[in-house]
Amino acid sequence: MPPILQGEKVSKNFDGVQALVEVDLTIEAGEIFGLIGPNGAGKTTFFNVVTGMDVASSGRITLGSQEITKRKPYAITKLGVARTFQNIRLFHQMTVLQNAMIGQHCRSECGLVRSTFRTPGQRREEGVIREKALKALDFVGLAGLADHRADSLPYGEQRRLEIARALATEPTLLLLDEPAAGMNPQETRRLMALIDRIRASGLTIFLIEHDMKVVMGICDRIMVLNFGQKIAEGSPGQIQKDPRVIEAYLGVED
Amino acid sequence: MSEFLQQLVNGITVGSIYALIALGYTMVYGILMFINFAHGEIYMAGAFIGWYLMTQLGLPFLIATPLTVIAVALLGVVIEKIAYRPLRHASRLGPLITAIGVSIFLQNLAAAIFGTDPRPFPLPSFLERNIYEVGGVILDSLQIWIFFLSILIMIGLDLYVNHTRMGKAMRATKINKQVAPLMGINLDTVISLVFAIGSGIAALGGIMVGLYYNSVSPTMGFMPGLVAFTAAVLGGIGNIRGAMIGGMLIGILENLGAGYISSGFKQGIAFFVLIALLLFRQEGIMGKVEREKV
Amino acid sequence: MEAYLAHMLIIIGIYAVITMGQNIILGYTGLFGIAQAAFYGIGAYTSAILALKLGLPFWVGLPAGALAAGLFGWLLGLATMRLGGDYFCIATLGFVVIVQQVLLNWEALTRGAFGLPDIPRPSLWGFSFDTRLSYCLLVWVLVAVLGLLMRNVADSRLGRAFMAIRDNETAALGMGINTFLVKVIAVSLGAVYAGVGGVLYAHYTTYIDPSSFSVMETIIVLCMAVLGGMGSISGSILGAAALIFAPELLRLVGVTGSLSIYRQLLYGIILVAAILTRPRGIMGMAEFRFQALFKGGPWIREI
Repeated sequence: MPPILQGEKVSKNFDGVQALVEVDLTIEAGEIFGLIGPNGAGKTTFFNVVTGMDVASSGRITLGSQEITKRKPYAITKLGVARTFQNIRLFHQMTVLQNAMIGQHCRSECGLVRSTFRTPGQRREEGVIREKALKALDFVGLAGLADHRADSLPYGEQRRLEIARALATEPTLLLLDEPAAGMNPQETRRLMALIDRIRASGLTIFLIEHDMKVVMGICDRIMVLNFGQKIAEGSPGQIQKDPRVIEAYLGVED
Repeated sequence: MSEFLQQLVNGITVGSIYALIALGYTMVYGILMFINFAHGEIYMAGAFIGWYLMTQLGLPFLIATPLTVIAVALLGVVIEKIAYRPLRHASRLGPLITAIGVSIFLQNLAAAIFGTDPRPFPLPSFLERNIYEVGGVILDSLQIWIFFLSILIMIGLDLYVNHTRMGKAMRATKINKQVAPLMGINLDTVISLVFAIGSGIAALGGIMVGLYYNSVSPTMGFMPGLVAFTAAVLGGIGNIRGAMIGGMLIGILENLGAGYISSGFKQGIAFFVLIALLLFRQEGIMGKVEREKV
Repeated sequence: MEAYLAHMLIIIGIYAVITMGQNIILGYTGLFGIAQAAFYGIGAYTSAILALKLGLPFWVGLPAGALAAGLFGWLLGLATMRLGGDYFCIATLGFVVIVQQVLLNWEALTRGAFGLPDIPRPSLWGFSFDTRLSYCLLVWVLVAVLGLLMRNVADSRLGRAFMAIRDNETAALGMGINTFLVKVIAVSLGAVYAGVGGVLYAHYTTYIDPSSFSVMETIIVLCMAVLGGMGSISGSILGAAALIFAPELLRLVGVTGSLSIYRQLLYGIILVAAILTRPRGIMGMAEFRFQALFKGGPWIREI
């Protein structure tokens, strides 16, 4: 089986600032793959390039057997890549359920005419969307809050809602951008259990995280970026002992 | 050739006034990323208050003008405090809507108080328009006054923004609104000052228009407001020197177009320039492309 | 007295429909597009011209006007959607100015400032809607139908896409929504509603001229949407009602002088006051539950 995500010499520069420098990456199906690095290393930029929100300046990105380097974000989502955001980006005035139902947008097709006139086909499709959205909410434990406004949720639950919404797109690859940010130890443990369950259900997970307990605890492999360049890659054990990684985070010993 | 120079001279005169009004738009946008739709009405208020002080209260020009500038500067500050400041942290939409509301309010307030008919604007004797002819080009003393006063103001503003503490505070706020307070800059004070300066300068522009065209009316704010806004965008909105250049350019373009193509062209030219800018180069001559962080 | 009330209700109904369109664009999708006056004019002139020059009945003019407006909405959307919020707003205002200028200057088609008189009232199977009361009924049936259709859209995949773009466009893009296309659809749909309002207007007043389709008109519609609640169908109706009745109240209280100046002054104040004190408008995003009339339960439905 081909690797689920491959990046070959992916570079991105913004007006002269090199945010990513020839990064190579391979993620195998079913892995939990971690991406770490100091602030500003280019991690979120890498996510943006993979999901199409920024266009790579050079290099190739392949999803399974399809090249996705220059494709539009919504097309990439339809191909099976979903993400959460570093700063929570929920649809704050919509309900929890509606947020999850948005995830099903790319898996449904009724447009203007059928929606306006509520054809039987559209009503059926709405039923399916609703059901799948509820399933996603249930998976993360938020089904009981379906009719609450998204911005009325406490922080930890908002993060889980973002994950549910991403899951509702029925992805094969899930990108999580600092899902544990701002969580207390108990919430973090629940999050790690959730990520394990997501992997167990057949998805591959690509994870940016600063909380080392999470990263070392659940990732199969980890890649380290610094100033846009890959400086190390390997198992958690290997990364923890890698002098280049230690140097990047802590600076050189005098 | 003298026709060309003639239009150039007229264009520079009008352009100077546009530049003064454009400064208000650009300064506010630079700090708040917000287009103050009511700015055209502020310029109109300057013209009317000046007119009122001189014709109804009989004040001499040299007293009425500074009073007008101060009054309108205050007006600008008050408007910001009431209609924009409370919405500073809310969505982008709020201030745009209130700005439109303020614009409508001011326009109709002027119409309610002064009536909708245009009024002639009094010309002080020392500004009497003496006509000179230089190399086939006719220009009058008022044009010279307007040009030099505008240049003086623009140089003064440029010096202020680049060399004084307050000016540096303004530029720092423009660059990073969140960090500025951490460096001891009082956001509210800086913003009020920006509105005061922009409005006061626009008021002078209003008086100049009153003098130059010998007419003021409540609806005089709309077109020049639009043209000045175009000038600000042309120069790169947020960029003070750009607004000055943009104003001059548009004034010159308008007059060259009116002279060589048709006089109806005057109305449309600013509009076309704006459309062209929006379609092809939003950042104008001296602006930079902005980027949003995902 | 009855005729007066019927007249008021007709005008309110027409504005309600146009405001619904504004709400689709601004309330649901968050786009600061304020070109409704242009679309309303396009609808009015399309139907009027079809009736006067080709003898086509109202029932052809209505869809034609609506679709013509929708088409221009689509084109305007395509042309301007790349622009950021503030500039997009200015572009839509510019469109109103352009359309008004075209209506004024394309005299061969529109008779310019002289306008188009003698637009016929609709008739159906021999019955002519020439009384105020009958026209009022016609208008309000359409208000109800269009309101219902708008509700259908709100509760659908497309409606959710609109609102997702409003709440967080970046996330909408990440969730597989073709935001550019959906935004253009929003403008087009909002334009269709305005077009219907225009057709109703033309066949009611039986005379139209370009002066009715001005920047001020488009701002009035904005005012109605803001006051009533951006994103509420019932709010559109309430906002229209409030802003049509208010100047009448001024008149009853004896405010003389040029009514239009005081009316406009009022609109300016309302815009500012509404945003400052209750930006969600009267209804916010809630809807009046018509079911409450029959089955009981709460009168207001949130979201």
